[in-house]
Amino acid sequence: MRILVCVKRVPAPGARINLTADAQAIDTAHLGFTTSPHEECAVEAAVQLVEGHGGEATVLTLGPVEAEEQLRYAVSVGMTAAVLLPIDGADWDPQRTAAAITEVVRRLEAADGPFDLILFGNESADAGNFQVGIRVAHALGRPMVNGAKGIAISEGAVHVRREADAGQETYELPLPAAVGVKEGINLPRYPTMKGRLASKRVEVERMEPDAETGGLRMVRLQRPAERASTTVILGRGPDAAPAVVDLLDELGVLA
Amino acid sequence: MSDTTSGITTDTDPAGSPERTVPATARCVVIGAGIVGNCLVGHLSRLGWTDMVLLDKGPLPNPGGSTGHASNFIFPTDHTKEMALLTLESQRQYVELGMNSTCGGIEVARDEDRLEEFRRRMTSATAWDIESRLLTPAEIKELVPFINEEIVLGGFYTPSVSVVDSLQTGTLMRQEAIDAGALSVFATTEVLDLEVEDGTIRAVVTDKGRIEAEHVVIACGVWSPRIAAMAGANIPLTPAVHQMADVGPIDVLAQTNKEVAYPIVRDMDTFCYERQSAGSMEVGSYAHRPIFHHPDDIPSNEASALSPTELPFTADDFDDQMEQAIDLMDMLGDAEIKYAINGLLSLTPDAMPVLGETVEVRNLWSAAAVWIKEGPGIARLVAEWMTYGYPQVCDPHSSDIARFYPHEKTEHHIYARCAEHFNKTYGIVHPREQWASQRGMRRSPFYGREEALGAVFFDARGWERPQWYESNADLMDRYPGRCEPRPHEWDARWWSPITNAEHLHLREHVGMVDLTAFNEFDFEGVGVVDYLQRMTVNNVDVPVGRSVYTPLLTPNGGFRGDLTIMRLGATHYRVVTGAFDGARDAYWFGRHLPDDGSVTFTDRTSGICTIGVWGPRAEAVLAKIVTGPSQAYDVSQAGFPYGAVRDVLIDGVPCTMFRISYVGENGWEVYTSTEHGLRVWDTIWEAGQDHDIRPIGIGVYAVTGRIEKGYRLMGAELESEYDPVEAGLARPKVKSAEFIGKKAYLAAREAEPVATLCTLQMLDHAGADGTPRYPTGGNEPILTVDGERIVDAHGRVSRVTTAGTAPSLDAYLLLAYLPPEHAVEGTELRVMYMNELFPVTVARVGSQPLFDPDDKRMKS
Repeated sequence: MRILVCVKRVPAPGARINLTADAQAIDTAHLGFTTSPHEECAVEAAVQLVEGHGGEATVLTLGPVEAEEQLRYAVSVGMTAAVLLPIDGADWDPQRTAAAITEVVRRLEAADGPFDLILFGNESADAGNFQVGIRVAHALGRPMVNGAKGIAISEGAVHVRREADAGQETYELPLPAAVGVKEGINLPRYPTMKGRLASKRVEVERMEPDAETGGLRMVRLQRPAERASTTVILGRGPDAAPAVVDLLDELGVLA
Repeated sequence: MSDTTSGITTDTDPAGSPERTVPATARCVVIGAGIVGNCLVGHLSRLGWTDMVLLDKGPLPNPGGSTGHASNFIFPTDHTKEMALLTLESQRQYVELGMNSTCGGIEVARDEDRLEEFRRRMTSATAWDIESRLLTPAEIKELVPFINEEIVLGGFYTPSVSVVDSLQTGTLMRQEAIDAGALSVFATTEVLDLEVEDGTIRAVVTDKGRIEAEHVVIACGVWSPRIAAMAGANIPLTPAVHQMADVGPIDVLAQTNKEVAYPIVRDMDTFCYERQSAGSMEVGSYAHRPIFHHPDDIPSNEASALSPTELPFTADDFDDQMEQAIDLMDMLGDAEIKYAINGLLSLTPDAMPVLGETVEVRNLWSAAAVWIKEGPGIARLVAEWMTYGYPQVCDPHSSDIARFYPHEKTEHHIYARCAEHFNKTYGIVHPREQWASQRGMRRSPFYGREEALGAVFFDARGWERPQWYESNADLMDRYPGRCEPRPHEWDARWWSPITNAEHLHLREHVGMVDLTAFNEFDFEGVGVVDYLQRMTVNNVDVPVGRSVYTPLLTPNGGFRGDLTIMRLGATHYRVVTGAFDGARDAYWFGRHLPDDGSVTFTDRTSGICTIGVWGPRAEAVLAKIVTGPSQAYDVSQAGFPYGAVRDVLIDGVPCTMFRISYVGENGWEVYTSTEHGLRVWDTIWEAGQDHDIRPIGIGVYAVTGRIEKGYRLMGAELESEYDPVEAGLARPKVKSAEFIGKKAYLAAREAEPVATLCTLQMLDHAGADGTPRYPTGGNEPILTVDGERIVDAHGRVSRVTTAGTAPSLDAYLLLAYLPPEHAVEGTELRVMYMNELFPVTVARVGSQPLFDPDDKRMKS
């Protein structure tokens, strides 16, 4: 099998997210970076599929050159090749991102053959536009299901399971196909030391992205008002029990 | 940056309830609830302190400082006494609280040099009574079955190495103070300002109110400089990264069902450690590039992904260590990296803690740059300091915040020195090792002349001092057999046989020594006699033009200082003290100045330069060039006796001459204004040419000349653990004036000393392989002929405080305190050096010099 996983480098913030002075980005001065959680699960899913079915799994990102860190991380947990589409400055809008990825996928497939499966995260952890995956799949003319909580391959098809309000939905998509993976589908492994060291030796292929700017514009980011909370001490020790019962009653959780 | 709390609290401790306001007053406010602050309130409570407040901006029990992510292990052996004693005291406290799990620890060597270092560690372990032994690779394998014994050459094993629970220790100590009714605790409470009035701390302003406080302690770890700055004080440290990765699960570790079952391994030559943490292994590194953060740039608790001091792991910096770790323990390679951080800890320019009252603000204390292994001990030390005016657990000489000179408190200096020593955390550091960075900070006016004479400069707290002069190499031929090189590289490192030649030349002819690194403090005013009498042991009310050599004591009678005072006028004194203690002495004098303005204190160090001119021909040289205001001047012993201080002219330049010697020779210290210095140097140099005058290095002044005369050195022989009676510095009479430490001093004079400072002579230098060895004077233990440690009735171990060649006696001498049963001249003992025993004999008990015992050379 040949699998492609598209990921995005995003900040790893604490409880409070600080913005830059111009409100155009998250202040990352003290932050590390990570891969969007849905995409970490997509990587894990790809690694498991290749472990089960053989083949190769390529990880791709469009982002700053520092995103090589996320590509190597994916290799350190089992991806076999990495492609970086380097951009300068701020994020590209989803339309442009999707167009650039589509074009690169075509080039990669022209050189080495088609990908049986292209995996995306359900949405990115920072922008959350929910667009890139479906745009790429549409441009490539491939079927796609988002929100995947289960993936299996058999007889030239991918079987995707996702959770609905009441029950589960199961899809069967003929390969080649695209799937948007949702966190919870698996528990991503940590890299081993040997995996980390191996990832240092992998050559990250760089391909220049090229696409027209799309229509979506961000005006600014705004921090939501902080939810102030107050602590009310109901009492100490056994004496607090009646007050706790009253509160639970008030909340309507007692039968 | 602003670090406001969000109002969202994760605190589970009722002390952190956000609506509580702080009390309006407190006797003592301790800022920082890490290992130090928590233990400090516990110890203060034990010493009777009440009405205390403990603050932290983070939640309890883990407010997010360095304590919360520490690896929490203790390797007790240290080459320095202060750190070894504080570590052992801390371990004792952890044991007492039930927070100490003994697992043993092995330092492993990959390089041959490290094996020599392990022999040195065995020596220090013996000094501090820490059971240890050297292991073969096979023996290491027995204790740590998963180690690759093929790449290690040997190990240094200490069974008492332990892992402690520093958070719970802090909680228990804090609770002890709460239970005693002595403490209230406020978590998630941020300090916004420190108010200072007339140089004294007045109040702590927090986001939950203002607290007027008599005493405030900054125990804020990596944030300490930021908090100190609020009061205009300086705590010189930098937050620095120590990388740590937790890898697992690993079956062989998980199967132990213990937090730590296998000995901790320190892979010394890769600057890494491997410490079991339940089912996984923590791999920590001091090998990566130095990574510093400014205290203002540490994120708040809320903005941190993990905690403010657990910063994102920069994996690239750790890759080499991963490879080395896998080489040592292959199983680590297949374990998952579950947790990895760039953990912040505190580094200081000299790698020692920063303790004591800040020099800028009275009653504002620093308890910073402290690691887990020494935390509880240091908390006790600071508590004693605050209670008694000086610590009792040990001399805080090297940790004293007052030790820093202005240039040493700059960020420039902190970053340069910390960058230099960070990778020496597990390094092999020679006792005489010289700094490479921040050199040339302070130069005497003679520097250019010295450089031209081939001076090899050593650093003395910023001063460049010639240790010896290569231009004196020719002198070695004049003294065949007495200027031999040392065959072992370690013994010869940072040393030259030229020192011996300079020494012998000085004793036969004349030499000049650059002493500009001296500190000179002038005290003037109507209250000066009373003031200095209170500060000193010996009577300073001497005639104008005379001098006094005197100790300064701590309140409980130990050495606090050791210096010389000249009386320049009826109400004018000049104190001369050494570069290594000048800043501490300046603080001590300043702290005790009377409030009524009757005494002024002027630090004249930068304005004065000094040349020591000594040797049998010194008088002849200076007689040619010294005059009074208009006529010749009598520099004979009759006209200018030993101990006298006179204003003279040297070739027309005003100078002050002081007939004194630290090397046991006739001669003077010649003081002049810095701008006159070069001219005076050149004048003396020219006048001395007929007498074969030579420049003489500090190697003679501080070691060979001094040790032949048995002169004591502050920080070596003279420390607060010892008193003047033990050091042989008690005078026949005690002055009637009161002085600091007098009561204890009188008591010590009445009692039989339990130890006496002795001079020992090495009888045989040959090591096991026949190579002659020369102890460096780094706390090598003095043992009985049976190899038993010698400990006096106060629990103090006999150890070498200074070692050096005595070229004029053709001997190698050691100074050490010995209890009475061993302090008998002619007694044969052993000195341990590099884990071998060498025979020594007690050559002198007390302070009478071995060389020229009646001081005829200086006084005739």
